[in-house]
Amino acid sequence: MTRTINLTLKVWRQPAAAAKGRFETLHATNISTDMSFLEMLDVVNEQLTLDGKEPIAFDSDCREGICGQCGAVINGHPHGAEKGTTLCQLHMRHFQNGDTIVVEPFRARAFKLHKDLIIDRSPLDQIIQAGGYISVHTGGAPEANTIPISEDRAELAMDAAACIGCGACVAACPNASAMLFVSAKISHLALLPQGRPEAARRALSMVRKMDELCFGNCSNERECEAECPKEISIANIARMNREYIKAGFFSALK
Amino acid sequence: MNWLTNTLGTSIGKKLMMAVTGLAFIGFLTVHLAGNLTLYGGPDSFNSYAEHLHALGPLVIIFEWGLMLLALVHILTGTFLYFQNLAARPLRYSVNKRGGGRTLGSATMPYTGVLILLFVIFHLANFRFIDASHASLFQVVSGAFAHPLYVGIYVFAMAVVAIHVSHGFWSLFQSLGLNHPKYMPFLRGLGIVVSLIFGLGFGFLPIYISFIA
Repeated sequence: MTRTINLTLKVWRQPAAAAKGRFETLHATNISTDMSFLEMLDVVNEQLTLDGKEPIAFDSDCREGICGQCGAVINGHPHGAEKGTTLCQLHMRHFQNGDTIVVEPFRARAFKLHKDLIIDRSPLDQIIQAGGYISVHTGGAPEANTIPISEDRAELAMDAAACIGCGACVAACPNASAMLFVSAKISHLALLPQGRPEAARRALSMVRKMDELCFGNCSNERECEAECPKEISIANIARMNREYIKAGFFSALK
Repeated sequence: MNWLTNTLGTSIGKKLMMAVTGLAFIGFLTVHLAGNLTLYGGPDSFNSYAEHLHALGPLVIIFEWGLMLLALVHILTGTFLYFQNLAARPLRYSVNKRGGGRTLGSATMPYTGVLILLFVIFHLANFRFIDASHASLFQVVSGAFAHPLYVGIYVFAMAVVAIHVSHGFWSLFQSLGLNHPKYMPFLRGLGIVVSLIFGLGFGFLPIYISFIA
C-alpha cells in the first residue's frame, strides 16, 4: 500500500539571472513516498501549470543518479541529507508528513543562476577542457591489456572517475571551492600510465583555470567529501596537491 | 622567479604556503613549550634557560626575523584566502547544515588566527619588548601572572591555539599531499593530541605560576 504525505516547500524562485530572487512557499499534497524528489517537483509543477502559474525550473536528465545534471540544496544539504545519492535518487520516504523543506540552488560565484534552481555549471566543463588530454590523432583504440595496470590502481582511478560533475562539492564547500571535482578529474588520469605523459601540464592548467573562474580555495573542511553523491574521497585532493607540487617545482613547465 | 610566483600564486600554491609556515610554527611551539617547562624547575632553572638562550646572540635575532617572515606569509596569505573565499559565494544559503566534515577547528580558522595574532602582540609586549635589566625574567613572568586578568587572557589564548592547531596539524599534511590510507587516521589523531599538549602544556603554566608567585 503506497503511503502519501503532504509537505510544505520553500523554493527559491528567480525568474532570470538578473532578476531578484525570493523564497516561495508551495504545498505538495498527496505525494507518494515511493517518488523521487524530482518526481515530487514534477507533481507540484503539474499543479502550478494547471493553476496558470510558472512551474519551478530545475535541471534533470537520467534520473538514475549517473549523469550529474540534477541538484539542489535541500534543507542545507546538496542533494539532500541522504549519503551517496543524487537528488533524483533521494526518495520521499525519507521525509515525514507535514515536513517543511527548503529548496535552494547550488550557490557559488562561479555558478551563474539561470532560473529558479537551474545554474550554469559550464565552468566545470571549462576546467576539463583546460586539462585537454587528447592532443594528437592516435588511430584506433589499442588492445586493452597492452599496458598492465594493477587492480588496486585501476580501482583508485575508477573511484575518482565516478565523479559525475554535478557540482555538489562546490555547493557544499564553505568556501565554494571546486577542488574535489578538479582533483577527481586530475586523479583518474594521473593514476593510469596513459595519463602520465601530460600529467604535469594537466595539473597546472586545470588548477589555473579553476582559479581564473573564481572558485574559492580549499581549507580542508571535508564537507565536499561528506556531501558528494559519488562519495569521492579527499585523498584525491591530496593527490592533486602532489601532482601540482611535482608539476610546479620539478617539471620543466612554467 | 616567474615560475615560482606562478606556482605559489594559485589556490594550491597559497595552501602550500599556509601548510609550510604552519608546520614551522608547530616546530616553534614545540621548542617554546620545551623551554617553558623549565618554569617548573623554579626561578634558577628558568633564568638559566633564558640566559643560555640569549647567549646565542645573533642566532636568536636571525631566528626571530625568520619567525617574523613566516608570520607575515601566514597572515597575509590567510587574510587573502579569507576574503577570496568570502567572495566565492556572494549569496549565502538560508539553511546551512554540516555534512559531517567541518569541525570546531576548521570552521573557525580565520577567527582563531586573528585572536592568536592579537595574543602574540600582547605576549611580545609583555615579555619580549620590556626592560629586563632590573629584574630576572622569572620575576617579570611571576609578576605578570600575579594578576588574575593576565592568567585569564593567557589560558583563553592557549585554548584558542589548541583549537587552531586541532585543524591545522592534519590539514597541513593533507595540503602537502601526504594523505595515506595507513597514516592519515594517525595524523588526525596526532593533531588532536598535539593541540591538547599545546593547550594544556602552555595553558597550565600561568595557573601554576599564579599559585607559587
